[in-house]
Amino acid sequence: MTIARPRTVADALDALGALPGAQLLAGGTDLMVEINFGRRSPDDIVALRRVAELGAFEVGEEVVLGAGVTYSVLEHDLADELPALAAAARTVGSPQIRNAGTVGGNVGTASPAGDTLPVLAALDAAVTLAGPEGDRTLPLDAFITGPKRTAIRPGELIRDVRFRRPRGPQLFLKVGPRNAMVISVACCAVVVDADRRRVGIGLGSVGPRPLRATAAEDALAPLVDWDALRADRDAIQRAAALSAEAAEPITDHRATADYRRHCVGVLVERALTRGLEP
Amino acid sequence: MNETYGLRINGRDEQVREAWLGESLLYVLRERLGLPGSKNACEQGECGSCSVFCDGVLVNACCLLAADAVDAEVTTVEGLGAGSTPVQRAFLDEGAVQCGFCTPGLVMAVTDLLQRTSDPSETELREAISGNLCRCTGYGRIFAAVRAAQQGDAQ
Repeated sequence: MTIARPRTVADALDALGALPGAQLLAGGTDLMVEINFGRRSPDDIVALRRVAELGAFEVGEEVVLGAGVTYSVLEHDLADELPALAAAARTVGSPQIRNAGTVGGNVGTASPAGDTLPVLAALDAAVTLAGPEGDRTLPLDAFITGPKRTAIRPGELIRDVRFRRPRGPQLFLKVGPRNAMVISVACCAVVVDADRRRVGIGLGSVGPRPLRATAAEDALAPLVDWDALRADRDAIQRAAALSAEAAEPITDHRATADYRRHCVGVLVERALTRGLEP
Repeated sequence: MNETYGLRINGRDEQVREAWLGESLLYVLRERLGLPGSKNACEQGECGSCSVFCDGVLVNACCLLAADAVDAEVTTVEGLGAGSTPVQRAFLDEGAVQCGFCTPGLVMAVTDLLQRTSDPSETELREAISGNLCRCTGYGRIFAAVRAAQQGDAQ
């Protein structure tokens, strides 16, 4: 095994070129578990922990989160600016995990239960990939192609995740057996975008990849009082029911499909009620 | 192919000799460097028993690739002091230790908490140790030890 430990994205791309098929390593909270249990034994690793530019973020009209931004940074440093993403980050694992795990890792692993993913979906986020031929940007929806599957190509790495910063309430809610150290049974994000007069509804852990409840969004948008940022109870309940219909849950050892769909209805209604005070 | 590399643990330079580069820091600490204070229970970041500081940041040693920590300052529970820190003394005085397996990780997590926040709320305390599983104490004595450690710090 060879381990490359670059300090810049350019050097990381060179290392990926020199070590074809190398595994990218960020916070280690996914990959190291697989290595510890012998499920994966990479020939080569390109370790990104030292690439300082990946740990940077900008919050302006556009938000750019370097792939190496940790859950702890989202939780502690960006809670005012990005409340739903911070709330999602705060529900990931333990403080130890949040100190290590990164937003780029969550996107790159593309677990159906990745907690930042429904938030990024609701925010219409895009993923910037750095590669030997330069950068390219894909909508999150095009980047995550299935459970733990992405459109990343050999030689590429995730440089950042970016989205336009919306004006309005942003919420994240999650159901699990307890409030810490749990993988989502179901989760949802609601992003009220007062400028575009849309409410983004993202669903997590209820499909092969993060979902958008677009029928619910379409039904809700014309019923919101956009000056007061309010919607009435009927509009919210209708959007919640349409969101539950949009879910594509499976039954597994964590929950049944029926329970997951029920959770989506409850969570979306609760999040919309908090965000759009009827 | 195995390789030799250096780590900096508890202020000392250590050599990891002829080791597979895929080993976690936890494995290297326990099996190669004779530092068994960090406990191995889950190897998947669930239990917190292997908590260490890497460049001052609390992480699970099982989720850190040892060969990627070559230029980091690692502090393990052995580096805190032989039972002599206020947190360690409070754990002993308050009976916060039963089987003791989770204790090193909890001592690291509580040390981290009290370094960041001198007067944590009950909620902050519970959240801070939410990634450290203890199956004996029911946590009551651990909460008492944290309060005692705070008072010890204040004196």
